[in-house]
Amino acid sequence: MSGFRLETGGRVDRGQTVQFSFDGKSYQGLAGDTLASALLANGVMLFGRSFKYHRPRGVMAAGSEEPNALISVDRGPGRFTPNLRATGVEIYPELKAVSQNRWPSLKADFGAINDRLGMFFPAGFYNKTFMWPRSFWDKVYEPAIRKMAGLGDAPTAEDPDHYAATYAHCDLLIVGAGPAGIDAALGYMDTNKRIILIDEQDELGGGALADPALWPWLERSHKALIDAPNVTILTRTTAFGYYHDNFIGAVQRLTDHLPELGDAPREKLWRIRAGEVVLAQGAIERPLVFDGNDTPGVMLSSAARSFANRYGVAVGKAVVLMASHDSGWHDVFALAKAGVGIAAIIDVRESVDSALMHEAERLGIAVHLNHSVMGVTGRHSVRAVQICNNGDYLGRRIDCDAVLMAGGWTPSVHLWSHSKGSLKWRDDLGAYVPDLPNENVVCVGGCSGDWDFGTGAIIDMLPTPKDQSRIKAFVDFQNDVTAKDIKLAVREGFRSIEHIKRYTTNGMATDQGKTSNLNGLQIASSALNKPVADIGLTSFRPPYTPQTFGALAGHAKGALFQPTRTTNIDSWAQAHGAVFELVAQWRRARYFPKPGEDMHAAVNRECVAVRSSVGIFDASTLGKIEVVGPDAAEFLNRMYTNPWKALEPGRCRYGLLLKEDGFITDDGVSARLAPDRFHLTTTTGGAARVLNMMEDYLQTEWPDLDVWLTSTTEQYAVIALQGPNARKLLEPLVEGIDLSEEAFPHMAIREGMICGIPTRLFRVSFTGELGFEINVPTAYGRALWERLMAQGAQYDVTPYGTEAMHVLRAEKGFIIVGQDTDGTVTPFDAGLDWAVGKKKPDFVGKRSMVRPDIVAPGRKQLVGLLTDDPNVVLEEGAQIVADPKQAVPMTMIGHVTSSYWSQTLGRSIALALVAGGHEMTGATLHIPMPGKTHTAKVSGLVFYDPEGARLHV
Amino acid sequence: MILIHCPYCDEKRPEIEFVNAGQAHISRPLDPSSQTDEEWEAYLFIRANPRGRHHERWRHTYGCGRFFNAVRDTVSDKFETTYKAGEPRR
Ligand SMILES: [Zn+2]
Repeated sequence: MSGFRLETGGRVDRGQTVQFSFDGKSYQGLAGDTLASALLANGVMLFGRSFKYHRPRGVMAAGSEEPNALISVDRGPGRFTPNLRATGVEIYPELKAVSQNRWPSLKADFGAINDRLGMFFPAGFYNKTFMWPRSFWDKVYEPAIRKMAGLGDAPTAEDPDHYAATYAHCDLLIVGAGPAGIDAALGYMDTNKRIILIDEQDELGGGALADPALWPWLERSHKALIDAPNVTILTRTTAFGYYHDNFIGAVQRLTDHLPELGDAPREKLWRIRAGEVVLAQGAIERPLVFDGNDTPGVMLSSAARSFANRYGVAVGKAVVLMASHDSGWHDVFALAKAGVGIAAIIDVRESVDSALMHEAERLGIAVHLNHSVMGVTGRHSVRAVQICNNGDYLGRRIDCDAVLMAGGWTPSVHLWSHSKGSLKWRDDLGAYVPDLPNENVVCVGGCSGDWDFGTGAIIDMLPTPKDQSRIKAFVDFQNDVTAKDIKLAVREGFRSIEHIKRYTTNGMATDQGKTSNLNGLQIASSALNKPVADIGLTSFRPPYTPQTFGALAGHAKGALFQPTRTTNIDSWAQAHGAVFELVAQWRRARYFPKPGEDMHAAVNRECVAVRSSVGIFDASTLGKIEVVGPDAAEFLNRMYTNPWKALEPGRCRYGLLLKEDGFITDDGVSARLAPDRFHLTTTTGGAARVLNMMEDYLQTEWPDLDVWLTSTTEQYAVIALQGPNARKLLEPLVEGIDLSEEAFPHMAIREGMICGIPTRLFRVSFTGELGFEINVPTAYGRALWERLMAQGAQYDVTPYGTEAMHVLRAEKGFIIVGQDTDGTVTPFDAGLDWAVGKKKPDFVGKRSMVRPDIVAPGRKQLVGLLTDDPNVVLEEGAQIVADPKQAVPMTMIGHVTSSYWSQTLGRSIALALVAGGHEMTGATLHIPMPGKTHTAKVSGLVFYDPEGARLHV
Repeated sequence: MILIHCPYCDEKRPEIEFVNAGQAHISRPLDPSSQTDEEWEAYLFIRANPRGRHHERWRHTYGCGRFFNAVRDTVSDKFETTYKAGEPRR
């Protein structure tokens, strides 16, 4: 035996050595090793420092239930993964692993002072101690605690990997490929069911991998399953959560075990919908609770067997077993046969099956029944144990270098509990097992409590003559919770196990109580003097083991986080240097800076161009709904505040849409194309919401109306031409439409051709200037835009963006729903009562307009604001007060909703919602801002061309 | 992710295709102007919040687009049944 590697045995490839490093020191392992088995083979026992007390910790388990040996793997910038279980990290050449939560080094850790002070850090310590003074929390306590307590460091660079995701469907999903899971798969293999078999390890087998007698069966079964066309095998895949209707989330690790990354995705998220689920997650061995049970070298008995039989590694040369369950005896017999030196078997029970006694005797192993380990000698590794008789506490010392704990088994019911299946307590197992399912699911094998490991005694902690308040007997190793903490919680009045869990942190966080739940329950049960079954069990929550954010995010990051909608003209704007902004999911040109221009200069120039000649604007993002049918006018009449039935074909109307509560929800100009056909427009962000609302009324309130609604937002490109030269620019390009003021007045629509393209041409204005909005089939948008740019060169036609559009509309007092309204603004509040059909018997929101609160005085109303200093542009969202000298906190009477510099007017303008604002014209209001309180006078809403003369030219 | 049966498509589809539309079987009064303030308040704002069976509306927004009614258990989050708009309460 070289080091701790056994001469024979294991599934590792003895012909293939693998060089890797841990904390900068180089080691050799074998292909097939995990980081844990490879380090143990090198005699390394110390893997990390514990969360709270910085106690030295080693490996406790051999699988994903490992609570102690958390390490980080460093694969370069952005590829630093903390908090990996060393028992699940497959080694590869040049693997670089580092320990966590220690400074300056793992062996000489400054934070271990916490352990010496440990008696001062009981459960609830943080809550009690750092409550006061409150101001110390953010600056002193929390940073200090964060530095001292914790897990691995988060990576700081962006993750360069990419992650895949898929949906999968199957008739049968089997989670866990131990003997029970494999048997289930074999049993259904010859049906026509589509089967997915998932296992978190790198090969199938589960517990059978630690039992060489089963390997021939395993090999045959594996081959049969691979050959079955209806079976999909996913290894290195963790089913982390079980959701409604047999929907299981699983992450497959694709490259973490490879020496070269290549271009492959690092991980793949599987969203699996299964007809039936078989859970075969197995059972997790339970540690025993005694003083020093967290010393490196103290581990689960089954783990030692895995290390010997699967990896060919002895966890020690003189191993002691501390058992309360038969299974540990079988493990030790297997270890002895594999060549591991056994120092003694200690069992807390007074007697065990005589067959066990005979086998121990045959193998020459000393046995101490009715004894317990009461202490462990050694800090960074085990040197000896002190054991005592449970009756008279007479003790002795046994020299050893490893201690195995065999405390019985806990069915792994995590996924079963995610699925809301109920549990029942089994006294004979001292464990909860699955009872009634909530989904189409069954549990088989160890996770159903079905195992052949023998029997055992169920105890909360080992008997000890020591002062219970001075020992460190760990229950939750990952969260550093001791038996003392749980007893303290009960003494302080906590009764519910959910409260005890949160107070002590037992079973929380990434570990989810895999090794600690049942011991914690037993201790609480004794302290409360109530049977465990009466205490209940805390909830298990996904994920079963920690998963990366990368896997959960998948492709949904960066530019792919959500779709970006672009218009047909967007590419022109991009090519011409537009600065963009996102409006809902649309990318819109905000302004078109010329060389040397900032936003302010560009917007001023664009506004002046519209007012003096002509501007061109991409309005394609406007929501559009085609409303068709014999009852179309009746339907719109009921939906909108305005009257629609008398609107003649060829004319447009500004429509105001309320919700039933009487508040404005959308607006837009709409046209009647024919008696039974309307072209509606909505706000850019409101299109889907408005269509949904209309469908709701049409389908559920007025199904008798014969109307069809179709979203046409993406069917039309819309180009607005605005300015005194708009008609002159347009005229030569249009066929079949008389553009004169008389034939085609403001708020009219005509159908015809432009540049040979069919068009719905609106004469409308959101700027106060003579204006047209040209609707053409989307694919022609950019081509038409370029023709208009060429034709308009003689008028210096100027592209303008959303920022200039905002300024121009604000100069005219046109509102933006959602900016100048906030869901509590009525038509009257917004100064839009002219758009409400007074004679209409009903429309959506009409009844609410006479609700007591809507007609009460003092409502916030939309007004104009002109700052006394014309150069001050108020901040949108700024709060308004009547008297700036009042005591703080002041009474806010409203806020600024829109505010711009108006180049046309040579001053700033603003819109604001102000309580009782309609009665305040001319009054001075105050806007307190950091450093200065501004003053402004209340005005009307229209700042420019109040008569509207510029529209009718 | 829950599967929801759309009574129009007659298929079980994943919940991301659907949008909840509030409590079911609340009809807009035929003549709102005749409603007292209290009646109108009840129609607008007062909703049930049962523990257990709950009648609610869903829309198959990213499917057929139809609104329908459902009975869902608010404790188990399981759908007991779904049925077309206009059919009697179940
Ligand atoms: Zn449907």
